[in-house]
Amino acid sequence: MAKYTESTEHIDVSYVAHLARLKLTPEETVLYQSQLEQILDYVKELQELDVREVPPMAHPRPVNNVFRADEGAPSLPHERVMDNAPAQRDDQFLVPKIVE
Amino acid sequence: MTAFQDVTVKELGEMLDEGACSSEEVTRHMIDVIGQVDPKLNAYLTVDTDAALAQARAADVRRANGEKGPLLGVPLAIKEVLNVEGQPCTCGSRILEGYTSPYDATAIAKLRSAGAVFLGRANMDEFAMGSSTENSAFKVTRNPWNLDYVPGGSSGGSAAAVAGRAALASIGTDTGGSIRQPAAYCGCTGLKPTYGRVSRYGLTAYASSLDQIGPLTRTVRDAAILLKAMAGPDPMDATSAAVDVPDYEAALTGDLHGVKLGLPREYFVEGIDPDIEQAVRAAVETCRGLGAEIVEVSLPHTPHAIATYYVIATAEASANLARFDGVRYGARVDGSDPIDMYGNTRAAGFGPEVKRRIILGTYVLSSGYYDAYYLRAQKVRTLIKQDFDAAFERCDALLTPVAPTAAFRIGSRTDDPLQMYLSDIFTVTANLAGICGLSLPCGFTADKLPVGLQVLGPAFREENILRVGHAYEQATPWHKEKPAMLNDR
Repeated sequence: MAKYTESTEHIDVSYVAHLARLKLTPEETVLYQSQLEQILDYVKELQELDVREVPPMAHPRPVNNVFRADEGAPSLPHERVMDNAPAQRDDQFLVPKIVE
Repeated sequence: MTAFQDVTVKELGEMLDEGACSSEEVTRHMIDVIGQVDPKLNAYLTVDTDAALAQARAADVRRANGEKGPLLGVPLAIKEVLNVEGQPCTCGSRILEGYTSPYDATAIAKLRSAGAVFLGRANMDEFAMGSSTENSAFKVTRNPWNLDYVPGGSSGGSAAAVAGRAALASIGTDTGGSIRQPAAYCGCTGLKPTYGRVSRYGLTAYASSLDQIGPLTRTVRDAAILLKAMAGPDPMDATSAAVDVPDYEAALTGDLHGVKLGLPREYFVEGIDPDIEQAVRAAVETCRGLGAEIVEVSLPHTPHAIATYYVIATAEASANLARFDGVRYGARVDGSDPIDMYGNTRAAGFGPEVKRRIILGTYVLSSGYYDAYYLRAQKVRTLIKQDFDAAFERCDALLTPVAPTAAFRIGSRTDDPLQMYLSDIFTVTANLAGICGLSLPCGFTADKLPVGLQVLGPAFREENILRVGHAYEQATPWHKEKPAMLNDR
C-alpha cells in the first residue's frame, strides 16, 4: 500500500525543530530528515484532488459562539496548581532570566 | 460461581444489587488478579490500591443506604491520558513524570459520582500517538493472546487489561482509532463515541478536533452502560453537544429486522489480510441472517484519509503540545535563557514519535506550506465527511474491518513510521468525519489472533451501532473466548 518513491519534498528539519522549540541531536536530525521526507512524499497525494470549490473543515460540528453567563465560579486552589511547578518562588512560576 | 474477573459490568452490577458480594471484596480480588497477570501483560502503569479500596468501601456504604446503579462499586482501569484527581497523569511521557492531577476530567467525575472504582492507570503510546503502545516511555504492553505481539494502540493498556481479565472494563481515548484498533487486536469491544458526545475536559489534548473518550469492555451492553454514564454536555467543553443522551441499553433488541447496513467497497481492497476479510464477510452474512438488509455503498475519498489525518492531527498536536515547556508542570531541564530551557526540556522529555509529529505538524502549519498541506487537508476532510453523509442516506450503519491485519509482532514496525500510519486506514475516517464507531470481536486468524469488526454510525446515533453490535455478539461466540495465557493461571 505504501508508495515509496524517491523523495521530492524538502523539509529543513533543523529549522522546523527550532520553530517547535525542540533541540535535536545530529543523529535525530538525520533520521527525522529521511523519515519526514518519506511521509511528506506520501502526503503529497492530496495535491491530486481538485478542492478549489470545497470549503475547509476545521471541526466535525459547526460550533459558534458558545456563551455562558458572565458569573464567577470556583477555580482550583492556588497551591494545588503550584504543586506541579518545576520551580517556584513567592507563589509564582520561576523561569530563567529573560531581560538583562 | 464465575470468578469476579470473568463477569461483565452488567453482571457485577446485578451481583452487587443482590448483595452476592461487596465492592470491597471484588476490588481486593481484582488487585490480586492484577498482581498475578500484569507482570506478564504490563497493562498498568500504576495501581492505586488505597484509593481503589476507599472508593469501593464508599460504594458499599452507598449501596447499604439503598442507592443502586449499574456502576456503583464496579472497578475500572483508566487510560493514563485522563486526569484523575490525586493520581499521576504522565500520558506515557517522561515530560509529565512527577505530575499529579489537581482535578478530575469530566468523564472521570461522572464515573466517580456513579460510584465506579478506579483500579489504576493503563499504559498508552506517549500522548496517544501510536498504534502499538510501543511508544510509551515506561513499558511495553503485551497482547494477552500472544505475549510477543503488540496490543495495538494507543489505548493498548486499556485493551490488554480488559482482554487479559485484569479489569472488567476500561476507559480509553480515540483520535484515529486508538480505542477501536487495540480492542480489535486484543479481542474486546471498543466504542468511539461521536465527536461532542463525551466532554473532553481533563483529557490531555492530542488533536482537539478528533479526540474522543470511550469505553473498552467485554460486551456491547457494558459499552452502552459506560457511554451512558459519561455522555452529555459540559460547560467546561464548548464542543460537547447539547444533544439528549438516549437509553442505549433500550436499543439492544437482539435482532436486525428493518436495519440497513452498508458495505463500503473502499474498505474491502487489496492489502487486507485474507483471514480478516473472510471473518468480516462472514460477519456480514450473520447480520443478514439476523434480518439486516445489506447494501453496497461507496466512500470514494477513503484512499486520501491517511494523508488527511496525519496532516490535521500533527498540526493540532504541534499546537497542543506547545504547553509542555517546563514552566508550569512536568519536567524541566535548565538552560541559559527561556528558549534554551524549552529546547532542553522538550528534547529530554519527548520520545521519538512525539518529536516526529511535532516537527511534521509545525511544518504543515508554517508559512509557505500552510495552504499546500493544512488548508488542503481540511478541504479533503470536508470531502470525507460528505462521503459519509451520502452513505448514511442509504443505510443505518456501515460494516467494515477495523484494521487490515491482526496484531503484529513487537518491534516489527518501529523502524518504519509510515508503514505504521498506513495501518490506521479504516479507523481515521470516523474521527475526521466526527461520527461514531464500534469495534467488536468477529473471529480469529489462523495464528489465533483476534479479528475486529467495525460498525460505523451517523453522528449521535450510537444506538444504531450498539444495536447492530449487540445482535451480532449475541449470535456469535467470539466475545466469550479467553486468551490461552489465562488457562494456566
